[in-house]
Amino acid sequence: MTNDVMVIGEHFRGALNQITLELLGKARELAGQLGGKVEVVLLGHGVEPLAAELGAADRLIIADHPLLEHFVPEAYEAVIAQRIKQAGPRLVLLGSTSVGLDLIGPLSVRVALPCFDNCTSLQVREGRVVGISQLYGGKIFAEYAVPETTALVAVVPGSFPAEPGKAAGVPEVLRLAAPPAPRTTFRKLIEPPPGDVDVSKVPLLVAVGRGIQNADNIPLAEELAETLGGAVCASRPVIDQGWLPLTRQVGKSGVTVKPKLYLALGISGAPEHVEGMKQSELIIAVNTDAKAPIFGLAHYGAVADAVEIMPLLTEQIRAASG
Amino acid sequence: MKIAVLTKQVPDLVEGLEIDASGKALDQDSLRYIISEADDHALEQALLIRERTGASVDVFALDMGEARDGLTTALAKGAERVTLIAAGLEAAPGSHALAELFAGVLRPQNFDLIVTGVRAIDDLDGSLGGLLAGLLELPYVGLIRKVETGPGGETVIVQKEFPGGFITELEVKLPAVLGIQSAEQPPRYVPVSRLRQVMKTAKIGEQAVEAPEAQPIAVERLFKPEEGAGAAMLEGTPEELAQQIAGLLAERHLLK
Repeated sequence: MTNDVMVIGEHFRGALNQITLELLGKARELAGQLGGKVEVVLLGHGVEPLAAELGAADRLIIADHPLLEHFVPEAYEAVIAQRIKQAGPRLVLLGSTSVGLDLIGPLSVRVALPCFDNCTSLQVREGRVVGISQLYGGKIFAEYAVPETTALVAVVPGSFPAEPGKAAGVPEVLRLAAPPAPRTTFRKLIEPPPGDVDVSKVPLLVAVGRGIQNADNIPLAEELAETLGGAVCASRPVIDQGWLPLTRQVGKSGVTVKPKLYLALGISGAPEHVEGMKQSELIIAVNTDAKAPIFGLAHYGAVADAVEIMPLLTEQIRAASG
Repeated sequence: MKIAVLTKQVPDLVEGLEIDASGKALDQDSLRYIISEADDHALEQALLIRERTGASVDVFALDMGEARDGLTTALAKGAERVTLIAAGLEAAPGSHALAELFAGVLRPQNFDLIVTGVRAIDDLDGSLGGLLAGLLELPYVGLIRKVETGPGGETVIVQKEFPGGFITELEVKLPAVLGIQSAEQPPRYVPVSRLRQVMKTAKIGEQAVEAPEAQPIAVERLFKPEEGAGAAMLEGTPEELAQQIAGLLAERHLLK
């Protein structure tokens, strides 16, 4: 085993995903402390131009093949497994993302490696690699030592700054062979339906979660948003219930927003949601559970029933706006 | 088509979670268990496939928490068979151990499709679906929001979620394992009267298995985020709170 840190790169429509820069910056820091090198593994078709943005890595491992153009878990996993066996890095960093989550399990079994998901912190302390993962909807954190073998760590997007991962210049490039034909095939990419409000562009957001209880309370949120001159968005449970369209979902599978105001109503602050809104300029949270993780993140909080607060706040804003 | 649905019990987050005296585990006495939310969606998705194609649906649960109630509910929703897996475990095993247990149970049964929730709130060492697929050497796709059967019933066509509302459609050769994020419709509701009726006649199969070899991750400490660490907490009646929030918005010139 080496002391190298490997990053599994992600990209979409010809651009690197933010998570890759976040992982790269962290890999740089860890490799420096461990005395190893940083390598990025990039799979796709026609991904060569992305090399110019990966100057923070020492090595770039490219697997370029039509079978890899779109994310097909089995095909990606076969190539990455081969590279891990060949290179024997100390750490393999993936995103705890739609890509990384599909790879970590099969890789852990196939290459017989320990794996850690939901990681939000990784540090070298007295020669040990210590990780922290968020569990139970962000209510509990677990700290562990990453064993001194090759280990897989899936990191929650937004846990590390992207800036240290940004550097121009082309690292040394190595190429990997094409994967065997997978049992899974890509059929098509479906784009989000057009026509609805793009909540990532709305500066004032009224966000509703499970705490609004039922669909009948959605109009209260809409009235509040309208009074404010903003829009309504939601966390996953509200979307899964069909109370609002998929286009309004903020979080891991939804939109990432950075509004001037994020009014979180009845939202507990599960990690999958927080990932999409933590960079909001002002977060005000209302939730009945005083222990809800959203209060750890919000600038202002109130322990109260969002359903009760919504019409009162609408009234207050109307009065204040004259 | 034979479908297996794998479910597990997780602590209900509505209850406060307490850390035990060791500082490394949750205090078992403080926990109330419920079916993992994504597993409930996996069951719903399996039932939807069954309604469209006449597939059979078998539901499995590790004997923990309220697993028996969960299986009874699955029967009431329309599952053909339900089986409790008894491994003599006191606390939740890690995902590797769980995958090992389920792999042992499923290997001889030749299911065409195995579905489970894409992840659970207590997953630290990865999630069940991908690990199980690795052990059974089957293809795996997770974060799925829709499953349809392909031509000839030899494949499934799935929709997988990506950030920003993008979705890819993949065709997966069966047998396969899928990690469901959300079913095509919210999990169906079972009226209490129906549940009571089913409870009287429910046949819950039981299968005893050896304790798994895979060890859980040696957690060195658990800790809670500092309560309201970031937020300045507002106090008062609902009217006063609304007034204070409106005041904060006005101060920042966020009102029209």
